[in-house]
Amino acid sequence: MKVKEKQAAFATDEKVNGADLFIKALVEENVDTVFGYPGGAVLPIYDALFRHEFPFEHILFRHEQGMIHAAEGYARVTGKPGVVIATSGPGATNLITGITDAMMDSLPLVVFTGQVSKSVIGTDAFQEADVMGITTPITKYNYQVQNIADLPATVSKAFHIATTGRPGPVLIDIPKNISQEMTAGDFDNKFTVPGYQPTMNPNPLQIRKLATALRNAKRPVLLAGAGVTIADGAHELKEFAEKYNIPVVNTLLGLGSFPGSNPLSLGMGGMHGTYAANMAMYEADLLINIGARFDDRLTGNTEHFAPNAKVAHIDIDPAEIGKIISTDIPVVADAKKALNALLSDENEQSNHNAWLEKLGANKKDYPLWYKHSEDKISPQWLIKQIHHASNGEAIVATDVGQHQMWAAQFYQFDKPHNWITSGGLGTMGFGLPAAVGAQIGRPDDTVVAILGDGGVQMTIQELAVLADKNLPVKVFIVNNEALGMVRQWQEKFHGERYSESLLTKNPDFVKLAEGFGVRGLKVEREEDVPELLEDIFSYDGPVVVDCRIDWKEKVFPMIAPGKGIHEMIGVEVEK
Amino acid sequence: MRRIITAVVQNQSGVLNRITGMLNKRQFNIESISVGTSETEGISKMTFVVDVSDQQKLEQLTKQLNKQIEVLKVSDITDKAIVARELALIKVGSNAQLRAEIQGIITPFRASIIDVSKESLAIQVTGKPDKIDALISLLKPYGIKELTRTGVTAFLRGQQPEQQVTEIHSFSI
Ligand SMILES: Cc1cc2nc3c(=O)[nH]c(=O)nc-3n(C[C@H](O)[C@H](O)[C@H](O)COP(=O)(O)OP(=O)(O)OC[C@H]3O[C@@H](n4cnc5c(N)ncnc54)[C@H](O)[C@@H]3O)c2cc1C
Ligand SMILES: Cc1ncc(C[n+]2csc(CCOP(=O)(O)OP(=O)(O)O)c2C)c(N)n1
Repeated sequence: MKVKEKQAAFATDEKVNGADLFIKALVEENVDTVFGYPGGAVLPIYDALFRHEFPFEHILFRHEQGMIHAAEGYARVTGKPGVVIATSGPGATNLITGITDAMMDSLPLVVFTGQVSKSVIGTDAFQEADVMGITTPITKYNYQVQNIADLPATVSKAFHIATTGRPGPVLIDIPKNISQEMTAGDFDNKFTVPGYQPTMNPNPLQIRKLATALRNAKRPVLLAGAGVTIADGAHELKEFAEKYNIPVVNTLLGLGSFPGSNPLSLGMGGMHGTYAANMAMYEADLLINIGARFDDRLTGNTEHFAPNAKVAHIDIDPAEIGKIISTDIPVVADAKKALNALLSDENEQSNHNAWLEKLGANKKDYPLWYKHSEDKISPQWLIKQIHHASNGEAIVATDVGQHQMWAAQFYQFDKPHNWITSGGLGTMGFGLPAAVGAQIGRPDDTVVAILGDGGVQMTIQELAVLADKNLPVKVFIVNNEALGMVRQWQEKFHGERYSESLLTKNPDFVKLAEGFGVRGLKVEREEDVPELLEDIFSYDGPVVVDCRIDWKEKVFPMIAPGKGIHEMIGVEVEK
Repeated sequence: MRRIITAVVQNQSGVLNRITGMLNKRQFNIESISVGTSETEGISKMTFVVDVSDQQKLEQLTKQLNKQIEVLKVSDITDKAIVARELALIKVGSNAQLRAEIQGIITPFRASIIDVSKESLAIQVTGKPDKIDALISLLKPYGIKELTRTGVTAFLRGQQPEQQVTEIHSFSI
């Protein structure tokens, strides 16, 4: 490829087009990475990328779904917005799953889609799709640029809305005529959003109420969700929990916001949570939810959720408070700010030692369990080995299914921002690209992808990016030759009728990896695992490992659908 | 319970779609929506008549409305001193003989006949929804050929007794 001499950016006396303004607007937002894929409607933008010198890297993915999940992974581990560029029509519609996923899990994305020119919008023009209509219900905000003069401010506003308050995806649709239009180059990115003022600071009266409730509680529990990590409040949470000796339950997405190894940690609550965590929520007389949205996978049947507890709920989004569980002490605030307010309010210790002892006993008597399978690898044990080999410090991304739950249960997270999983939407195909994005965002950290043999096949093309950029992600395919989570439900709730859930004709993952230029390995016996892990964690490049597990393995314990959190099955070792 | 909610919104393209889409997704039972420009340029006013099952649902509705970026203010004005009006156009079957009879029915409603043809009459009526309901049911026996209603639009009276308006603080996220 002949690289032309790049233009010095934006000499003021020169005429520029909308695409040039767009690139400048990205630079103004301190963007360091763009996840993109070209096409007709964004050709002017790609041309501007070619012509200019700019301080960010554009990464070409192999599918728009892959690239938007990568942007999500990047956002999750850096706290910065994932920036995405796609073309109109099919480029934009390929993003839909990722946008929805980001909306559900409050991830900041700024998505730019090309659109056909204004003059033909509405005529079913080539590669026209009603992207505004399609994305309205799945974005925090979306906007179609109408005038070139508004472009810089629109970009700026998009970043502001995506990253503040409750983060979420913002989509800006840019018609081709705007990116092509010539302008004198006036650049004004000032904007106002009068209808949008997130409440950051807690109401002191509510903090007082919470403090009083805490003083009087005999059985207090903290429920820490993703909001704590988003607010960067893990440090404050630990201080608060330790100051008042309050046990902590994490949601799936809240894992890492409180150290799993801390004696006050009860682990994850909910459908596949620990017995100790669920019984703590069931028996609590005060439940303090910080940054969790009481998802049904957490609460089980809401009738039996925390039935005797006074509920305090700290959330930056007022609409989350009282949505699922009626709340006695609502606190609309940023989690970190609320925790700081609670910490500065000198409060007496409540005496709840009996409670702590009881929970401690539950933790000891009903730990997560697994059995070694005879001739294959036990997946839970495998996760523990990966934890060990990566010193518990890896960034872990998963796909969706059984392997996701085993990773949540057995890779103990002690730090925030290291756990990437699709919670609310449960998007298969998320894990591999999300790991790629995480490695791009945090190049110096170890990134592990734990995937199912089903889900990995949905976005496996992104192995090409690992090879292309030599990103040293360690990919573990937990291979049960089945859509395991579906198969487990069919076993338990549908009379072992394995309808379309067995993957008997999987590809050869080793050859597949090698075909992409990625090292491929296969492991079938536990005795080979430690050496293999040592090898791959010291190898400076991407690796795919096909790990063979018993197809009959199940995720336990479990709350069956419709049941309460006190009705877990599989709490004790299966005989 | 039936509530009248007003929302002041920035008049941007797609805002109506965003709001109705949200109400639909979250399964709120909307009886009517009316939208129009307000006294301020670039700002529109929406009036919703909703049927919600309980206080918690109502709270969700106002919070979800407030959450929309373009929404500046949401108020539940049901229990205030308000002026609420709706316009309806009703076309009924009629002939020369019936015309006077129908005129007699609509006069107390201060409705007017705005179009006459050989077989029908078009009637215009404004007022509170229950008044319009009442007129419609009186006209039914003549055969209603066509009916359109604008939905309620409302605002507060200039003078309010004692207590303040519950203006749901423009929370957003
Ligand atoms: C197969 C499968 C099984 C699952 N099993 C479980 C399970 O057993 N247990 C479980 O818990 N989940 C489980 N989930 C995940 C579940 O569906 C939800 O995604 C998860 O419970 C949501 O966690 P959360 O509420 O912490 O995070 P989110 O859904 O991300 O919610 C975060 C909350 O924090 C708020 N927030 C954001 N920023 C801030 C801030 N700065 N300050 C304060 N608040 C803020 C947001 O408004 C939101 O209310 C499972 C998912 C799958 C796919
Ligand atoms: C895109 C998508 N399609 C379907 C599902 C439903 N689903 C949930 S888990 C699962 C099975 C996943 O199988 P696999 O990737 O092999 O992981 P395992 O459960 O075996 O660990 C399926 C099909 C989903 N979550 N996402």
